Amino acid sequence: MAYDRKKIEELIDGTIDWETLHRMLSEPKDPERFRLYLEILQERVPWEDRIILPYQYHLYVVQKKDTKEWVIKCDCGHEFCDYRDNWKLHALIYVRDTEESLNEIYPKLMAPDPNWQVFREYYCPGCGTLLEVEAPTPWYPVIHNWEPDIETFYREWLGQPVPERAEPVRK
Amino acid sequence: MAKTRLGVNFSPLKLEGQTLKRHRDEVLRLTRETGHYAGLKHLELKESDPILYNKMFSRLRAGVVHARETAKRIAASPIVEQEGELCFTLYNPAGDSLMTSTGIIIHVGTMGAAIKYMIENGWEENPGIRPGDIFTNNDCMLGNVHPCDVHTIVPIFWEDQLVGWVGGVTHVIDTGALGPGSMTMGPVQRFGDGYQITCRKTGENDRPLRDWLHESQRSIRTTRYWLLDERTRIAGCHMIRDLVLDLIREVGIDNYMRFAYEIVEDGRRSLIRRIKSMTVPGKYRAVAFVDVGYKHPDVQVPPYAKVDTIMHAPHEITIHPDGTWKLDFDGSSRWGWHSFNAQPVSFTSGIWVMMTQTLIPTELVNDGAYYATQFRLPKGTWQNPDDRRTAHSYAWHFLVSAWSAIWRSLSTAYFARGYLEEVNAGNANTSNWLQGGGFNQYDEIHAVNSFEAASEGTGAGAVKDGLDHAAAIWNPEGDMGDMEIWELAEPLIYLGRNVKANTGGYGKYRGGCGYETLRMVYNAKDWTMFFMGNGYMVSDWGLMGGYPSAAGYRFEAHGTDLKERIEKGLPLPLGPDADPDHPEYEKLMKARTIKRDKQTMTTETIFENYDLYLNYLRGGPGFGDPIERDPAKIEADLNGGYLLPRYAEKVYGAVIYQDEQGRWHVDREATEKRRAEIRKERIARGKPTREWMKEERERILRKEASVQVRHMFATSFQLSPRFLEEFKRFWDLPEDWSLTEEELEVPTFGAKHRMSVEQLPDVKRLVLVEE
Repeated sequence: MAYDRKKIEELIDGTIDWETLHRMLSEPKDPERFRLYLEILQERVPWEDRIILPYQYHLYVVQKKDTKEWVIKCDCGHEFCDYRDNWKLHALIYVRDTEESLNEIYPKLMAPDPNWQVFREYYCPGCGTLLEVEAPTPWYPVIHNWEPDIETFYREWLGQPVPERAEPVRK
Repeated sequence: MAKTRLGVNFSPLKLEGQTLKRHRDEVLRLTRETGHYAGLKHLELKESDPILYNKMFSRLRAGVVHARETAKRIAASPIVEQEGELCFTLYNPAGDSLMTSTGIIIHVGTMGAAIKYMIENGWEENPGIRPGDIFTNNDCMLGNVHPCDVHTIVPIFWEDQLVGWVGGVTHVIDTGALGPGSMTMGPVQRFGDGYQITCRKTGENDRPLRDWLHESQRSIRTTRYWLLDERTRIAGCHMIRDLVLDLIREVGIDNYMRFAYEIVEDGRRSLIRRIKSMTVPGKYRAVAFVDVGYKHPDVQVPPYAKVDTIMHAPHEITIHPDGTWKLDFDGSSRWGWHSFNAQPVSFTSGIWVMMTQTLIPTELVNDGAYYATQFRLPKGTWQNPDDRRTAHSYAWHFLVSAWSAIWRSLSTAYFARGYLEEVNAGNANTSNWLQGGGFNQYDEIHAVNSFEAASEGTGAGAVKDGLDHAAAIWNPEGDMGDMEIWELAEPLIYLGRNVKANTGGYGKYRGGCGYETLRMVYNAKDWTMFFMGNGYMVSDWGLMGGYPSAAGYRFEAHGTDLKERIEKGLPLPLGPDADPDHPEYEKLMKARTIKRDKQTMTTETIFENYDLYLNYLRGGPGFGDPIERDPAKIEADLNGGYLLPRYAEKVYGAVIYQDEQGRWHVDREATEKRRAEIRKERIARGKPTREWMKEERERILRKEASVQVRHMFATSFQLSPRFLEEFKRFWDLPEDWSLTEEELEVPTFGAKHRMSVEQLPDVKRLVLVEE
């Protein structure tokens, strides 16, 4: 079942009607979704680098227009790092590890105890968007959530040529 | 060229000695060698007669669902009758499932493991497998989730030859454990976990044996529910057996047997297709935790178990180019002296329950998915204990927590492909569990286990909020049940049943909120109750900027003046504990003792009539930055009682006001300005992650963390040198840095001395995962 572009836009905006959403959930997936989705996202970002893969909400793996390097970039335009690197290590962090700072988020009895668990908030240095909240124990390494195999995805799963990629120039 | 017939005999089996064992060995060998289940490179029946194939599928699937719906009416237990905590599954002779009903479908795998255990351990010879036999199992060492899930397994014979098996499971209300209730708190070893039965022949000629009926009733507290639950299971199994035999008469034995194997290969291929159509190949990582607060005085367990610790479940999911996948849980913490341990089958089979809600939401859920998946659960971890003493009565405490992280990995893939409708931030911790027992309002020995926990908040999506008080991950058909029915089953009167504000994790789309019920003990005698849930920690995380759900807490009041207040018609604590920072219940009563804290797991406490117990059911995690939330949704949350006003300001950056009628509104313009300020405040207070890492590294070098945090790391380090090396590399720690349990000054029972079940004579352990 294919959906027209308007429906995918509504899906992205969270304004889609329940009937269509339910159909999307219960019927086989529409293989052309990725192409439409990418087109819409590309039109909406204020920069011209090509989106290779949406990495998560607000972040994209893009092919830089000038150098063809693949980097992780926020939709505000801030560039984090090489697409294989952990973007969180290049973000701003704020750690809630006291009762007082956790009480900003939940009533005292409903917040975690900081002797057990903390909140790590990762912000985009460019626009201040909250991109992720980790809730680990103290000491826990910063998790590298995802290393997509983009080449296989394009070549074998989508049956499309892999976009050009240049290795980053060491500075 | 002549067709070469592969080695599996797709014929009914005449049992004589080792027939079943040889058959299963051949199925596994061919699966391993060809990559296709039972060597089925071609689905001959499906390809040559697709209409017949689909007709058989539909008949059988409708039949197993129908059997569940009909049989559950026999049960008296509201857990089965109201909540639907039962399930029926059909298997081929090798013990691989063809299809299952709705309900607690984790048992697709656990009942299959019981059948495979019988095959591997020579049940065919002794005690024998014959037409009309009934087998009963609830042994956690075989893979069962916890002892209260009792399996009835019936072999299906066509004339005198085996054509398959049918299994039925119900969640019984009590298993005669250390404390009352099906998932009791307190056992730290198997020997307090409740009555356990190991694939025992409990019936012949379709009737339960008398010794079994006498013994089993003596072993548990709630005998009437026990007997009716068993009749439920037997009736459902016999309905499905009759259906299979009718179908064989209609389509012929050859077609049925062919179908019974092809459908498993079909299930394997179906999962691969779904993975390829919905995800992106690569490596995904996430982690989950949950608290074990056992040091508190209200947890009465042996001294070696009085240890605060944390469950640790990191995962790395690798989606391969061919669409198969590997789920690796290396680094998990060790099993412990509590009842939250799990077994590999319950862990892996439970994942399929979750997958039916996301990756494979089809009717074709069977062991084919297992054959397309590689699991790695290192031996000695809480998911794969290497000691035969472990307790499991509330394995779900760890299971639901560990799975919550898998949602995040899968949702990352869905988000990348634009299938935003599938994104889900995670699942709630399915607690609190109100349990207890004594003499009830009918003057009978009784145990209670409120399944209100079947309706937690669900995780937020990428296009909508999570559902409020709606579901539990372990039963896709969850239901909170009617208050009137619970009051019939429990000597506990409702003083409130309300939405619990602020329980859903905040976000652009928030997690579903949980709810809370205030219960007053009434007409009970010699009565105890206890709490079971997460409190010091939340077990889910938000997704892509969303927050986790709220953590739990407990409220209980003893020695109240409610009897007098009721007699005098004075105001009572009614409704929600709306804002625990500003409690109201205490203003409306006097009590000898009130416990209001984060100790959400306790062992049996005496409750007198007119004592109070707050049952707080958790919310789900959120998605996306909360300051992107639509003001109209914030207004709806405020006016619906889903959000406390000060958090609309602090977390959502909303500028709010009340009109003369008391309705809340969001000032759009002022909110936009406030949100712009919040972005600047974040940038000002945030520090580069690598700078913060230097500070955290110093804390690690000083070993500055609570005992429970260090205990968790020490047990993971002991089991996984790889996890220790990665940890040291990440934090750039000296080569000789280490952390052991010995340096923590807490009891270390189990750290060195362990003995596994396969060391028992004549026991062959079933290994279904990479260890």
